[in-house]
Amino acid sequence: MHDATIKHLSDALAARRCSSVELTRQFLDRIRSPGAQYNCFITVDEERSLAEARAADALRASGQAGPLTGVPLAQKDIFCARGWLTTCGSKMLSNFVSPYDAHVIERLRTAGAVTLGKTNMDEFAMGSSNETSYYGPVRNPWNRDLVPGGSSGGSAAAVAARLAPGATGTDTGGSIRQPAALTGICGLKPTYGVCSRYGMIAFASSLDQAGPMARTAEDLALLLNGMAGFDPRDSTSLEREAEDYTRSLTDDLAGLRIGLPRQFFGDGAAPEVLAAVEAALAQYRKLGCTTVEVDLPNMGLSVPVYYVLAPAEASSNLGRYDGVRYGHRAKEYRDLVDMYEKTRAEGFGAEVKRRILIGTYVLSAGYYDAYYIRAQKLRRLIADDFRQAFAKCDVIMGPTSPTTAFALGAKAGDPVQMYLSDIYTIAVNLAGLPGMSIPCGFDGRGLPVGLQIIGNYFSEARMLNVAHRYQQASDWHRRTPPGCA
Amino acid sequence: MALELDDVKRVARLARIAVTDEEARSALQQLGGIFSLIEQMQAVDVSRVEPMSHAQDISLRLREDKVTEDDARDALLAVAPEVEAGLYLVPKVIE
Repeated sequence: MHDATIKHLSDALAARRCSSVELTRQFLDRIRSPGAQYNCFITVDEERSLAEARAADALRASGQAGPLTGVPLAQKDIFCARGWLTTCGSKMLSNFVSPYDAHVIERLRTAGAVTLGKTNMDEFAMGSSNETSYYGPVRNPWNRDLVPGGSSGGSAAAVAARLAPGATGTDTGGSIRQPAALTGICGLKPTYGVCSRYGMIAFASSLDQAGPMARTAEDLALLLNGMAGFDPRDSTSLEREAEDYTRSLTDDLAGLRIGLPRQFFGDGAAPEVLAAVEAALAQYRKLGCTTVEVDLPNMGLSVPVYYVLAPAEASSNLGRYDGVRYGHRAKEYRDLVDMYEKTRAEGFGAEVKRRILIGTYVLSAGYYDAYYIRAQKLRRLIADDFRQAFAKCDVIMGPTSPTTAFALGAKAGDPVQMYLSDIYTIAVNLAGLPGMSIPCGFDGRGLPVGLQIIGNYFSEARMLNVAHRYQQASDWHRRTPPGCA
Repeated sequence: MALELDDVKRVARLARIAVTDEEARSALQQLGGIFSLIEQMQAVDVSRVEPMSHAQDISLRLREDKVTEDDARDALLAVAPEVEAGLYLVPKVIE
């Protein structure tokens, strides 16, 4: 059952071929073995999960089950979940048992999904390798000496290793898409505003978005149905008519125009990555699509722009961690300011501190216009580039990540090298567009390659259709890491 | 933008994060690399461009001025490091 898709499990539960308690037990067993070696989970609470599973089975018995009722899911530890330790991968929240549910968690709970545990992640979502976590790095199930990507590395590795059929993630600069690419699974970041950020621990408020991670496009659609929706408690949540993201999955792709940005196919990406992407494009042409070159002239600035805006917003958001109302507090201090300074020095890791310092600097008096405002202007240019490109095509494609999974420790010494891992994903967050990654092949070392699909605003159903039809004609998404079958 | 050690210490103070001299020196080095990356932004003419903070042109939603929240005081106080009589305790700030 651990190799089954969410769709398959949902059907099996509906047909009473298994119970949620049985499924949950199976996945909890796998989390212990072979799961422990990957360090995907920060918190597992078997009693709590089984109680949720029993409640799901009772919901079904009373005739009120929906597609996700009884389906076990891993939740990224960035989502506040009532009664669960919620750490955000940080020492700062290592003692924080959340008194409330994030909107996304509340929606999934109401739908009857079962929480298998809270997954490991880069601290405060800042990272591209899941190496900055206070709880140790996550290991890539395809090769334990390699990173799974980040910041949703725990969620990605859990799904890839078949410890969970699906998981929640968040994406601020690529944190769903890049780990999905490096672990050979599917991940989607919806249009900004589609999923509520209430209860989702804030990193960069104008960029953060929650999204599903699973092994098929169809499963992403089922999860997105469960996660998306208006929430008045998030001031940036969009009030729109509810959508069924599965509605277009099987539409014909004939005539679909795929835009290929020059900037995605230059020498920034490894040759084997490009080769796998080109093979996927050949498959799409066989499905009746045409390709057209497009130009995103300001794309090259997306990394510098992001590393002004995201740290600036983070420095503001992480100001709340002061040891007063929750989380870590220093044991000894002279006065209030000393308490703040020591609490924050002790509670935050090096990357988080770096980004807070950058953010504080670019927002400080005398620098605000030159850095923060300038970055916001460049952001508009980047978004406008996409707007122009979408006049010529229906979706944009390219590699998700410039390389396949890299070695633990390989980039940890040079922050800028690490930041460049997000070179193809960041612009999508800056523009607020939806983006996804699906597996499209392997490199010579047997490591997965991800294809990024970028859609226009609110085109998630179409993007899922584009992915689904490819998955019906290929089987990259069904490959299993060694030892995880 | 040439960053100096004093800049790092000043910014750390603003951010309320204690840094030792050694940490400040190491931060200076790494931040130098990051600021070189950010300097690339200066190359483009943005004089006629409006800043963009949000993808959709939305304005802040307003609601009725009515109490709709539940009283969660006890649950919220329960996770605090030090409380007394329903108040958060912090070191004295008034001389």
